[in-house]
Amino acid sequence: MTTKMNGAKILVESLKKEGVGAVFGYPGGQALPLFDALYGSDLKFYLVRHEQAAAHAADGYARATGKPGVCIATSGPGATNLVTGIATAYMDSIPIVAITGQVKTFMIGNDAFQEADIIGITRPITKHNYLVKDVNDLARTVKEAFHIASTGRPGPVLIDLPSDVQLAETEFHYPHEIQIRGYKPTYCGHPGQIRRAAKMIAESKRPVIYAGGGVILSGAAKELREFAEKINSPLTMTLLGLGAFPADHELSLGMLGMHGTGYANHAVQNCDMLIAIGARFDDRVTGKIDEFAPHAKIIHIDIDPSAISKSVAVDLPIVGDVKCVLSELLKIVHRPHDKEWTDKIVEWKEKHPLNYKRDDKLRPQYVIEQICEATKGDAIIATDVGQHQMWTAQWYKFMRPRELLSSGGLGTMGYGFPAGMGAKVGRPDSQVFVISGDGSFQMNIQELSTAVVNNIQVKIAILNNSYLGMVRQWQEFFYGKRYSHTKLENPDFVKIAEAYGAAGIRIEKKEEVRPAIEKAMHTKNVVVMDFKVEGEENVYPMVPAGKRLDDMIGSMA
Amino acid sequence: MKQTISVLVENHPGVLARISGLFSARGFNIDSLAVGETEDPTVSRMTIVVDGDERTLEQVKKQLNKLIDVITVQDLTKTKFIDRELILIKVGVQNSKDRAQIIEIAETMKANVADLGLHTITIEAVGETSHVENLIELLRQFGIKEIVRTGKIAMEVESKEKTKTTEEEEE
Repeated sequence: MTTKMNGAKILVESLKKEGVGAVFGYPGGQALPLFDALYGSDLKFYLVRHEQAAAHAADGYARATGKPGVCIATSGPGATNLVTGIATAYMDSIPIVAITGQVKTFMIGNDAFQEADIIGITRPITKHNYLVKDVNDLARTVKEAFHIASTGRPGPVLIDLPSDVQLAETEFHYPHEIQIRGYKPTYCGHPGQIRRAAKMIAESKRPVIYAGGGVILSGAAKELREFAEKINSPLTMTLLGLGAFPADHELSLGMLGMHGTGYANHAVQNCDMLIAIGARFDDRVTGKIDEFAPHAKIIHIDIDPSAISKSVAVDLPIVGDVKCVLSELLKIVHRPHDKEWTDKIVEWKEKHPLNYKRDDKLRPQYVIEQICEATKGDAIIATDVGQHQMWTAQWYKFMRPRELLSSGGLGTMGYGFPAGMGAKVGRPDSQVFVISGDGSFQMNIQELSTAVVNNIQVKIAILNNSYLGMVRQWQEFFYGKRYSHTKLENPDFVKIAEAYGAAGIRIEKKEEVRPAIEKAMHTKNVVVMDFKVEGEENVYPMVPAGKRLDDMIGSMA
Repeated sequence: MKQTISVLVENHPGVLARISGLFSARGFNIDSLAVGETEDPTVSRMTIVVDGDERTLEQVKKQLNKLIDVITVQDLTKTKFIDRELILIKVGVQNSKDRAQIIEIAETMKANVADLGLHTITIEAVGETSHVENLIELLRQFGIKEIVRTGKIAMEVESKEKTKTTEEEEE
């Protein structure tokens, strides 16, 4: 026996059917029926202070848990404020479902109050989007949205829901199965291609595995480790791939690319076989593209056919889910272990270690090392974008997947704090650190309110150098130290934290670092740590844009 | 290099915007695009002529396939297909000699006179792109006032010889 309910209620019930554990959002005029349905429902709702944070929180929730994140905003400005968060999730293939209110169907196109064509605006930054004009389509649309967001190459899906559809009534049937004739992602790789890959790998002398975010999205960290060990291949990771393979493993080369380790970049430039797994040859990874891995035959495993040979021509593509392909490959792949290549790697590791000046000054890299030690590498780390992000990638030892949340593709400042909140909501038993900069943190600083009110105990470490450090570094190297608008005059972050009801700690000396981190970990509150670090520290090594990967500016320490 | 791609899409509002948005966002060039309903009213067919190198065209096909509203993408250049285009050409007429010549050209080229005016003649023609382009060239001397083309529509067929031979991909 089914009773009639309105669209708003149907949406809420559909979210419950999808097992949604948390919703981040902000109300408004055209979302009133929806918020009325949320009132008193057992869906856990988190009221953010800016819609952008809702999208980032949904993204952080998704990255930390592997389940789609959900955010809700009203029409017009509410919807457009989600855009940066949706684009961030799109670039990094993160499953989120964004729901927006819309003006009534008969008003659409009339330039109504708070109307924006969010379907048109988000078309290039969503995997798919829907304008629901008939309440009878709503339940199926929600089902499709979650299916599309979380399968294949994941990504954000937006549902635009006019307020009259929220109020229109129909019977609620949540479909068990759906058929989308234009959407059939390939899961298992072509057996012939997998056999050919095994043969190529067996013949290779100097293999390198290049693992990206796709390994984590696919849940294939275990298979990746078995694979690397079985063929005894050094392995480097993209920013989004960090955690897919333990940082302390002898085969790990850390991150490659513009701010990758010297040994990873040298290994890639000298390998004769590059096995790209769930990675997309981003320009921050490849450097000068026609001289990337010049001696290598390239095997590329990816679920997205359009990622294959997009920027780098590959010798052997395998389209399929990474976990599935690696499992098949593991059954047949063999490669004689020889020491020559791994010895060469050890030599590079000794010759080009990551480094910074270990003196008495409060240096940002030290702070990250200390966070890593204090948490024993057992924490979720959300970062913003800039120097602190690269230092985190270099100095924090990520041991497990889903413990680094960072905007890799879009490079969104303001991402870290709300994403960290989303992660803490999704995994409340985990310690969550937000490593941010003084510039980035101020892009979503208002979320201190959300975190404090909802008791989302994230620990925020601001590496405060009073600069937009990464831009300043580029100005130093390439623009004759003309620091155009990169010097920041900052507020007192401790006082701000306290005004919001969070705890604030200022750290000005090296010896204060560890005690402050310990204190933050044991404080039962949101904590803001303001680390007054060296102002003009640079991220090394660095491959200038458009240069070969082994053409690195080394450490000046 | 020009390639003809036949795309079956959901017959929804907004699908054309998705396709054209994809082309502009990724910097692909569309030579022509024709859309119409198919034998199944829930499905539309788009015939797209794309210009680009082999790698660009591969990306075009893959990116199209990624769209949820795209049901199938067929690269007709790799099949036996026929293509047709409808063209309307308005030609200026100075005197009766011109008029007679234009009509003669139209008849020879199996084109029709769609409108006969005092100062202009409008010719309609249907055919392969090369055919309608020949017609344009023949009429150019009289002074073409306006051209309207539908863009190419194309269909895989049973009997026709392969128009171009392209090596089949392994995968």
